[in-house]
Amino acid sequence: MTIKTEQMVLNMGPQHPSTHGVLRLELEIEGELVKKVTPHLGYLHRCFEKHAEAMQYNQVVPYTDRLDYLAAIGNNFGYALAVEKLLGIEVPERVEYIRVIMAELQRIASHLVAIGSNGADIGALTPFLYLFRDREYILNIIEETCGARMLYNYIWIGGLSHDIHPDFIRKTKEFCNYFKPTIVELDNLLSYNKIFIERTANIGVLPVDTAINFGASGPTLRGSGIKFDLRKDDPYSIYDRFNFEIPTGKGLMGTIGDCWDRYYVRIREMEQSLKIIEQAIDNIPNGDVQSAIPKRIKPPKGTVYKRIENPRGELGYFIISDGTVNPFRVKVRAPSFVNLEVLGELCKGYLVADVIAILGSIDIVLGEVDR
Amino acid sequence: MKSAEEIFEILKIEFSDSILELDKDTPTESIISVDPLQIHQISKFLRENPGLQFDSLMCLSGVDDANGNKIKNADGDDVFENGTMSVYYNLHSIPLKHKITLKVTTPRTNPKIESVESIWKCANWHEREAFDLLGIYFLNHPDLRRILMPYDWDEFTTEVSRYPLRKDYKNPEFYQGMKVPY
Repeated sequence: MTIKTEQMVLNMGPQHPSTHGVLRLELEIEGELVKKVTPHLGYLHRCFEKHAEAMQYNQVVPYTDRLDYLAAIGNNFGYALAVEKLLGIEVPERVEYIRVIMAELQRIASHLVAIGSNGADIGALTPFLYLFRDREYILNIIEETCGARMLYNYIWIGGLSHDIHPDFIRKTKEFCNYFKPTIVELDNLLSYNKIFIERTANIGVLPVDTAINFGASGPTLRGSGIKFDLRKDDPYSIYDRFNFEIPTGKGLMGTIGDCWDRYYVRIREMEQSLKIIEQAIDNIPNGDVQSAIPKRIKPPKGTVYKRIENPRGELGYFIISDGTVNPFRVKVRAPSFVNLEVLGELCKGYLVADVIAILGSIDIVLGEVDR
Repeated sequence: MKSAEEIFEILKIEFSDSILELDKDTPTESIISVDPLQIHQISKFLRENPGLQFDSLMCLSGVDDANGNKIKNADGDDVFENGTMSVYYNLHSIPLKHKITLKVTTPRTNPKIESVESIWKCANWHEREAFDLLGIYFLNHPDLRRILMPYDWDEFTTEVSRYPLRKDYKNPEFYQGMKVPY
């Protein structure tokens, strides 16, 4: 007896808890097998690039917060570096150190959400709550310094909006000591959990040449086993002074480049971020964090492309200056936007339930996909 | 690792009959200008040449150059005449660690550029974005649709309100019966 089969189109989203925002995936499925995935974006498009053209350079900074709202410090950082390169200004040592510490704290906070929601999507709700508890710790530290919990507007062109709180160094050290055992706890709770491994190992395998061709970056690229981190390979700010390693996917539980590898790279990266923070926290020099902020930002004519390693990957700002106080063109190369494109390749031939695990492991933020 | 000048010399020898220009005047980055109908060929060479190996396209940005004459069209809106549009390609080589910026310029009316989608897959969405926001057509692109704006945006708009990132863009009055300017 032959069973009649036919392709069916299933819409996932825009309102779906595991798409992490408003993303619509058009799945063409045969039974439970996914044949084709077509993402439809733009539900959160708010014309950042058009707005930026109407703003002065310093007024764009709060808008950048809203791109990748889980890693707002990184967005500020990249934009500030790009405009500083256009202006040709150097910032004081103290600013560099604080920026790096803040960016690494933010990286941990962002990875905690990524890992937690990846687990929660496929049914592990408990680690999610533990991780949000730890993230709260970081948000409180940053809040004490700059007054905001998510959208900081902290790193300005040429400096910072506030100097660090007097308690900042003590609390950050406390956090480092508190967080190290928590990573071990997290490993036992989720990473080596049999059910979690069954759901993520050998699922959504991304070969390294496909990853590079699709422009994937961040943990999505490193999960495929290539050592490529802009903090090492194209050093910006003062990252070349610190000693840290680049974790890559090794296929410990299955194939290199599967969902588990991408997940595991994030955990190991948090350890490396702690390492950077510990090296930097005792060496913050004295100084004024606002001394290098230009009174009037009017860069010379020119183009610049500056990229940094944001938690989700390579965040690039392409800025054209026409010599006036407003940027002529600001283009954001958002890591989530580019990483999301590879989803269609990853999901082919897996089950519908795996689409959720794969999407969680790529870790997108729709705020920067749609801009 | 090669500098922009060295890469430019290699390109000049390989593509001796095409128009290539090196702009070193910009204070931050040197830019190589190439012909919009040769960008595919040149990109393929840049990726496959063993001495260059540009295996990753970092960013592809469409830009409205806002040059040309400002004139009034039939509806009384300010539009540019005889201007140009540009696309910038930021390339990077992971094994050799060098970078380069390419630029192609095309006329504002009927802007056409060869797609590089078959060389770097990530160009697919970047090119769709440039098409969506600036109206640049990429030849041989497999799936040139709008990406960020609504798919039915064209039905409700006039010539000046079709592509939002153009410098002479004007908001449409209504979109699906909703008033747009607030």
